[in-house]
This record gives sequence, C-alpha cells and structure tokens, in this order.
Amino acid sequence: MDSRRHILSVTVENEPGVLSRVAGLFSGRGFNIESLNVAPTLEEGVSLMTITTVGDEAIIEQIVKQLRKLVVVIKVVDLTEVKSVEREMVFIKVHAEDGKRAEVLRIVDVFRCKVVDVGLDELTVEATGTKDKLTALITLLQRFGIKEIARTGTMAMKRSMQDLPA
Amino acid sequence: MELNGAQVLLECLKREGVEVVFGYPGGAVIDIYDRIPESGLTHILVRHEQGAIHAADGYARASGKVGCCLVTSGPGATNTVTGIATAYMDSIPVVIVTGQVPTPLIGNDAFQEVDIVGITRPCTKHNYLVKDVKDLALTIRRAFYLARSGRPGPVLVDVPKDVQQAKVKFRYPDDSEIRMRSYNPTVKPNVKQLRRLAELILKARRPLIYAGGGVISSGSSAELTWLSQTLSIPVTATLMGLGCFPADDPLWLGMLGMHGTYVANKAVQNADLVLAVGARFDDRVTGKVSTFAPKAKLVHIDVDPTSIQKNVQVHLPMVADCFSALTDLKEEMHKHLGTVDFAADHADWVAQVGAWREEHPLRYVSEPGVIKPQFVIETIRKLTKGEAVICTEVGQNQMWTAQFYGFTTPRSFLSSGGLGTMGYGFPAAIGAQMAFPDRLVIDIAGDGSIQMNIQELATAVCHNLPVKIVILNNGYLGMVRQWQELFYEKNYCSTCMAAQPDFVKLAEAYGAAGFRVEKPEEVEATLKKAFALKKTVIVDVRIPAEENVYPMVPAGKSLTDMLLV
Ligand SMILES: Cc1ncc(C[n+]2csc(CCOP(=O)(O)OP(=O)(O)O)c2C)c(N)n1
Repeated sequence: MDSRRHILSVTVENEPGVLSRVAGLFSGRGFNIESLNVAPTLEEGVSLMTITTVGDEAIIEQIVKQLRKLVVVIKVVDLTEVKSVEREMVFIKVHAEDGKRAEVLRIVDVFRCKVVDVGLDELTVEATGTKDKLTALITLLQRFGIKEIARTGTMAMKRSMQDLPA
Repeated sequence: MELNGAQVLLECLKREGVEVVFGYPGGAVIDIYDRIPESGLTHILVRHEQGAIHAADGYARASGKVGCCLVTSGPGATNTVTGIATAYMDSIPVVIVTGQVPTPLIGNDAFQEVDIVGITRPCTKHNYLVKDVKDLALTIRRAFYLARSGRPGPVLVDVPKDVQQAKVKFRYPDDSEIRMRSYNPTVKPNVKQLRRLAELILKARRPLIYAGGGVISSGSSAELTWLSQTLSIPVTATLMGLGCFPADDPLWLGMLGMHGTYVANKAVQNADLVLAVGARFDDRVTGKVSTFAPKAKLVHIDVDPTSIQKNVQVHLPMVADCFSALTDLKEEMHKHLGTVDFAADHADWVAQVGAWREEHPLRYVSEPGVIKPQFVIETIRKLTKGEAVICTEVGQNQMWTAQFYGFTTPRSFLSSGGLGTMGYGFPAAIGAQMAFPDRLVIDIAGDGSIQMNIQELATAVCHNLPVKIVILNNGYLGMVRQWQELFYEKNYCSTCMAAQPDFVKLAEAYGAAGFRVEKPEEVEATLKKAFALKKTVIVDVRIPAEENVYPMVPAGKSLTDMLLV
C-alpha cells in the first residue's frame, strides 16, 4: 500500500499530560510524527493539535482510531480526506553580505515574504506557504548560507466549499 | 458534611460497590489507612505490591466487578506496574489508587516521588493525578466508569498526601457529571452490518466461531452458546475465552493457536466463515498471519475499534459490545429458524470437524511410574467436576491447564494471556478466593513462576484463605526449555532451576500445609486430601523434567504446521 502524508486535526481536552499521551501513542506504536502544532481554540479548555504523519492507509486508520480511543481526545479529522487549506511558517536567518544582499532580497520578493530583522551581514526572512513552497525557498537561500532556521509544523483547516469541482 | 480527602476517597470506593481493597501502606497513604478501620471496607494486606494488583485483577476476573488496589508512592507504585500492564493487556477492570508526595513537592525529586502517571500512561486505559480535593470524588467516579465501560481496563488515580488531608464539603457527583464528551464507548451494533452478518451465516457451509475474552467480560456466554447450538456452528476460543462455551459440548473444538488443538486449527484453516467475537487476532492465535483462515470470510465483532483491521483485514467489521451484538444477532437469526435447517446445512462440516478430532485428539503418552502433568490436570478436573476457579501461572503449566481442564463456565479460568506474567496466578487466586470464599480456588503453577510471588503465602495464611497451589514441578523453566530443545539445539542455558526450596517445608514455614507427590497412584488421593483441607495448601507434584506441550505451532508458522505428540 502507498505511504502518504496525512494531516490530522485533533481536538483535545486541554489538560496536563495531553501532549505526552498523544506523543506516547505515536512512539509506543512505532508511528511517525512529521510535525505537530498545538494551540488553544476559542472554546475554553479545548486545544487543537495539527499532526502531520506518514503512512499507508492501514497505518493511518490505526492512528486515527488509536487517537480517538484516548480519553482526552474529543475529535479527529483526517484533513487529507477532505479539501483543506494548509500553511507553514518559517524564519530563516541567511547570510547577506553587501555583494549578495540584493540577490537575497530579490528572492524574498519573488516569494512574497518579509524581512523581519536585519543585521550587518545577515537578514531574517519570514515566509508563509505550503510545505513545498517553503522547501523551495530554503533550497534557493541555501547557497548564501543559512545560519538558523525555525519552522512551524503544518497548520490546516477544512475548506468551506467541499463540493466545488477540483 | 465536611470530610478529608482520605475519607472522600474511601466513601467513593464504597459507593462504587468496592468491598475489598488489596494494598500495602506507606508514608504517602498513611492518611488513607488511618480511615480504613471506620470505612467498612475490608483491606487485604499483601506482602508485595505486585501481589495487590494481581489480587485485585483476580478478584475482578472471577467476580466481574471492578478490582481495587491501594499502594504508596514511589516504590509502592512502581511495584504495581507489571500487574497494571497485565490487567491492561487482558482488558481487566481495576482501579489503582496510589499515594503521591504532597503537591508542592511534586517535581522536586522528593523522597519516594515517581511520576507514576507518566510511567503508567501506556499501560492504563486512563490515569489521573488529583491536585485538588474538590476534584477527588468526580475523579474516582470517572475512574470506575472508565474501568468498567467499553473495553474494560485498569485506571490509576494518583492522590498526593496533602489532597488526602485537605478538608472539603462532601458531595457525591451524580451520573450526569461522570459523562465525558471525549469518551463514548460504542455499544450497539449497526443494523445494516447485522443483516449482512446474518446473510453471511445463511450462506456459510463451514462456519466457525472464534471467541475471545470479550465474550466473558461482556457476559455473553449464554448468547454465544445459543448461537452455536441453535445454528450448529462449532466453537473454538482463545486462552482468554476459555469457559465462554462449555467444553463438554460436541461443538467445542478446544483452544486454537500455538498450543491449540489439531481440530481447532484445522477448522480455522478450512472454514468458509470465521466469526471472531471479542477476540483480537493475537500472533499466538493466528500464527503466520497471512495464512490465517485462508478460505474464510472474516467477521470481527469487538467493542474496541482499534482491534478491528489491526492485525488482519476482515470482510465485515462490527464495532459493538459482544453482548448487544450477539443478542441482536440472536433476534435476527430467529427469523430464519423456521425456514432454514442449519443442522442439515452444516452437517458435513460438523462431521468433518468430528473426524479431525478423532484423527488427533489431545493426548499424551503415559509411562509407568511417571506423573504426567496432563494427568494431574485431568485429575483436578475430575475431583472439582469443573466447578473450581482455576488460576495458572505462565508457561507449560498454563498451556496444559488450558488444554486439559475442559472449562465449562465463564470466569472460572484466570490466567495472564496477553502479557504472560509469571507470578500472576497465586495472587490472582487470593483475589478470587476473596470474591468467592466458599469456592475451591486452585493455582496451577510451575516451580519457576510460583517463586515470583511466593511471599503471598503469608497473605493467604493470615486471612485464612484456603487457596490450593498445585506445582507441576519439572525443575525447569519448562516452556523456555521446550523452545531451547526444539529450536536452540537443547542449549538449556539458564532454564534449569538447580537450587529449589523444599516446597513442603516452605509451605509449613508459612503456616500452610504442604504435600509432595512422586507416584502417579498418589496423585488423586493427595489432591483430594489437599482440596478438603480448610487451609492454604501447596502440593508439590514431581513431573518429568522434559515433558513438552503439544500440539505446537512454532512461532511465525502457519496453523497447519503443527507439531503433534
Ligand atoms: C515475569 C516473566 N519473566 C519471564 C517470562 C518468560 N517465561 C515464559 S514461560 C517461562 C518458564 C516458566 O517456568 P515455570 O514457571 O517453571 O513453568 P513451566 O513452563 O515449567 O510449567 C518463562 C521464564 C515470563 N513469562 N514472565
């Protein structure tokens, strides 16, 4: 069976140990977490975890069921099964000595990202986009020398219009 | 009414129906122990916390109620972990209360502090740390609710010492408060699936029921038996399912899997419909999983969705509590009883199964002057008429018991199936004896396993519990030795128990009775004498050193690859 990347949106009770229960489930059963985001929702006491993971259908089915089995998990949606929007954000601190700066800025422009901090010979770039876009940006900037990188995991949300033609 | 946390805890236990608590005191639970005498609860003081958790587990398995165990923080708590994992693997409802260091000290590496909630997260159904006495009553209620509902399991509640001491105005939470939006154990079977199942049964010509522990925990033996007998469907069961169907019924095939009977494994491999009820396709049952039941449509009824499609892809999954599923199925099948002659439809199959049974029945080779372990089990069966509660340790003793006792009623066979915990049987027998003071409770043991919790002799003697221990003494860690013999060129490394206590003297030293049996003709008389005594008894039965358990399907092989006697 084909291994695919899945984005799981997991609504949980926000109580101590929740993260460890979820993370422990993955490690204990040999499942893989590619990225994980957690933040509170509008509802008090409820948090949303967005987990990206890789596996064939049987593995993903197990992961979803195992997550649902946790007493602290309220809801699990596999966003790969529906139409969804997905984004990641990254900060990249890149070398930008005088001779290179203009070229770095041009790339920043093309990718419609922002410079959020400037140093004598470096820039910090903020970018938002799909995983693929950010990977492309990082690849392009790599030849100037990336000093530091901080990247969120994937965030995703189900689209309002599910029935439109693809 | 103003109570302290300790009183709240004990009051809640009582209202949950707890009568007996198995435990061991310590600094972090002394406040709870301070209130036990006035609580009306019976406390059984064990000699090691592993004994407490296994006893609570044995109590639960024998009675169907939730078992309860109370231990102190740190080492007291960690000593229960093996028992918690044992209960978890076999889906046994137990509530474990652990003391914890006072809340201000948590995280400081305080004396006897361990993160028991962290340690037991992967081996409990759920667990709690109670940080405020106001949450205590609701937490205890939820712990019992979780332990007994859905797929049952152990739930741990960690209660810091200052929470035990804090005062609170006691109010018992009502049922509506227990419910959790994040926990909805599915119970009722889907009607469409039920109809599809009925159709599959109607079409099948070689149907087989493969029953597991879920039939016992859901209390649906009667429904299962009805289904089998009315529709003329042969039944096999896992180790955990033994007793869910009467072994004296002609449709009973015996246990399946690694040490299953020839007929049960043959039936699985040739059936055209396998109805798995409350079982989970464990590797010890399926053998090489890709070759399991190759000719069959598989139906899987289980209350836990994660069990379904985990090890085996089934044709018809049905998430439901076995009791509801079998009850509804019974109703559905009733519609066809007038028009379909199930006995005739399945006659060839039942005859075929009967032929396999005769071809290779369970058997052993008797030798003059030698006590065969299988003969000991048969004798125990004869003397108890199948009415005893039988516990086992782990290894050959467990498999011989499973094969030769012939269980006829649910909750009469207590054994660590999923985890295979040596040292389980004796404390579990203590728990079962507490649940049924008037029944005969026997632990069938190996000489290795019994030494893992032998200290509980003091517990049994102290509480006048007439538990019988029958040691099938081969001087070896027999099951491991069997593997070494068959698959490791008889390299008997570290499986010979060369130094052994004199079990008779040991029993006597504890104030129990001890007998030794060395001749086959003494077996029955000695067991009879032991069973009649109103005392804790050890019977040390000397069996051959190198007797093996057969049939055997070597690990990873297909169920057709059986080694026979
Ligand atoms: C706590 C624990 N440790 C180790 C094992 C591995 N093990 C499985 S069977 C067995 C031998 C048991 O020997 P004994 O109790 O003498 O029983 P016999 O097989 O001889 O009947 C061992 C060591 C286990 N199941 N549990």
